[in-house]
Amino acid sequence: MVNLIWAGMAIIGIVYAMFNGTMENVNQALFESADDAVTISIGLISVLVFWLGLMRVAEKAGMLRVLTNFFKPMVTRLFPEIPKDHPAMGYILSNFTANLFGLGNAATPMGIKAMEEMKKISGSDKASRSMITFLVINTSSLTLIPTTVIAIRMQYDSQAPTEIVGTTILATLVTSITAIIVDRLFYLRRVRKNRQ
Amino acid sequence: MSIITTVSTWIIPCIILLVLLVATWKKLPTYEIFVEGGKEGVKMAISLLPFLLGMMVAIAILRGSGAMEAFIAFISPVLTIFGIPSDIVPLAMIRPISGTAALSMTTDLIKAHGPDSFIGRLASTMQGSTDTTLYILTVYFGAVGIRRMGDALKVGLIADFIGIIASIVIVSIVFMN
Repeated sequence: MVNLIWAGMAIIGIVYAMFNGTMENVNQALFESADDAVTISIGLISVLVFWLGLMRVAEKAGMLRVLTNFFKPMVTRLFPEIPKDHPAMGYILSNFTANLFGLGNAATPMGIKAMEEMKKISGSDKASRSMITFLVINTSSLTLIPTTVIAIRMQYDSQAPTEIVGTTILATLVTSITAIIVDRLFYLRRVRKNRQ
Repeated sequence: MSIITTVSTWIIPCIILLVLLVATWKKLPTYEIFVEGGKEGVKMAISLLPFLLGMMVAIAILRGSGAMEAFIAFISPVLTIFGIPSDIVPLAMIRPISGTAALSMTTDLIKAHGPDSFIGRLASTMQGSTDTTLYILTVYFGAVGIRRMGDALKVGLIADFIGIIASIVIVSIVFMN
């Protein structure tokens, strides 16, 4: 599916440009975005190295285990495939916590690390059930305080820049819960398909 | 607001402090462990580069050609039937695909309609309550070499759609007066 979407986006864009005289813009967008991608990836090295280093210390010090134990009842139900004391749990929870506190640049390294641990469990290059659950929760964004949005609102003289915090949390909550339900439904559908 | 700013500037240094205090107390070789763990970061960043580059270039072609805009203009009337305000449609469509584009659209909407207007509040809520699905998928799967994504993309996009609807409903109810 990702192959189709990827090729589809490029093909549609190029064909559209042929008939609308925007080939110039396509050329420009092409190389600018390639540049951006390199900048982002290289830029990620700093946060990845820093947070993965610090998290390794936290893991060795047994702090991830404390975090895991604290939230155990909730997470084990969300991720039934992952053994209770597996390090993946610690990283999943660190990622959720970082997201909740709006530490976007800490959340990504921990999320990647969580993925890596989950890959060790499944041992295949196919997305496992827990990986999909984890991703879906992440894409529905677990924010408590949307700092960037508040900053923009302040910049444009909002009477109450933080008034959207409540609606954002509510919307996030609804989205995350439905995302988990949709994820579960798709999982059950996969199970049923495999049985036939 | 000042409390929020203070908390967000204090939180990271405090996490570092806590981790290092506990680790030192347990007599761990903190610096060596840090370096060992950090090494992985370099490898990860490099391995996700091709995934990110490929995805970003394809999105850029689609947007640069104007096809994206044309599609949004085309689908906009359909979404209006479902009660999605036409001003918000471009943001709703771009949010799962490109984080930077969505942020600049949110800024434009807030600038044009005012932060305390219905559209301003809705754009703020939508920007904050969902994340860039395609980016997360690309980065997380790319970095650890997951090639077959299974249902991840489908479920992610369905969740995004529900998120848009939820934002509209919630903002309408909360700020109804």
